[in-house]
Amino acid sequence: MTLIDLANPTRFLALTARVLPWLAAATVILLTIGLYQSALAPDDYQQGATVKIMFIHVPNAWLSMFVWGVMSIASLGTLVWRHPLADVAAKAAAPIGAAFTFLALLTGSLWGRPMWGTYWEWDARLTSVLILFLMYLGLMALWRAVDDPSRAARAAAVLTLVGAINLPIIKFSVDWWNTLHQPASVMRMGGSTLDKSFLIPLLLMAIAFTLLFVTLHLAAMRNEILRRRVRSLQMMQASQKAA
Amino acid sequence: MSLGPYASFIVTSYAAAAFVVVILIGWIVLDYRSQTERLRELDRSGVTRRSGRSATDRS
Repeated sequence: MTLIDLANPTRFLALTARVLPWLAAATVILLTIGLYQSALAPDDYQQGATVKIMFIHVPNAWLSMFVWGVMSIASLGTLVWRHPLADVAAKAAAPIGAAFTFLALLTGSLWGRPMWGTYWEWDARLTSVLILFLMYLGLMALWRAVDDPSRAARAAAVLTLVGAINLPIIKFSVDWWNTLHQPASVMRMGGSTLDKSFLIPLLLMAIAFTLLFVTLHLAAMRNEILRRRVRSLQMMQASQKAA
Repeated sequence: MSLGPYASFIVTSYAAAAFVVVILIGWIVLDYRSQTERLRELDRSGVTRRSGRSATDRS
């Protein structure tokens, strides 16, 4: 099945019906293994047991940017290729991305209080992620504010692509500015600085959360296609009654 | 497994993550049920898609 085949919403619905149960099962299995490995991980010599917060904070922080990246590609699909499912993908991803970004901010805050002595600091990394969260909310509000889905899709696609400028700012904020947030320790030139006892549970949780996103995103896309089908049928019903 | 003096911060983080994920799953499941129910109602009222298929037909 090619990307062109998936442009047909009916074919996409058939595909999601087949793959969703498998994806959900794989997510549950990986999440269980990841949580088990996280529980077994030793205490860090500086952070103590609070290092366990990192096993959920880092995957959520990674997904907060990854989801916006997915939405940016979908926005290109809307504006350039006019793929029929592109705006469905972007719209369905926004609330999920907002939830992951909220969790990244919340768990980071809960880690910061015992480690930094504060829940919040207006440093470049924290502030740029907060801006990302507000952009997710703005995008969701825009989708709700415009009645015509195709007009809303174009406006949201432009806003998403403009907002993508924030992604490298978030990633490199810890290098460009003097921040309280520590620099990258996993995805960096020269490899990870983490010990295997922390790296393995972290990667397992990151893969599990990514699978969770894929599962939820496909399910939310299916719902959005059905919602549009309901809308078009209701309009057809209204025009039949009027005639 | 001892979580040390900051156990409440660790437990709150995991509980919050679980709560938000459950909310997301619940919202998606309920939304799916709501959309399929609306399609069934349209089907019962005799509205069919342009292709001639019934509203609930996924093929």
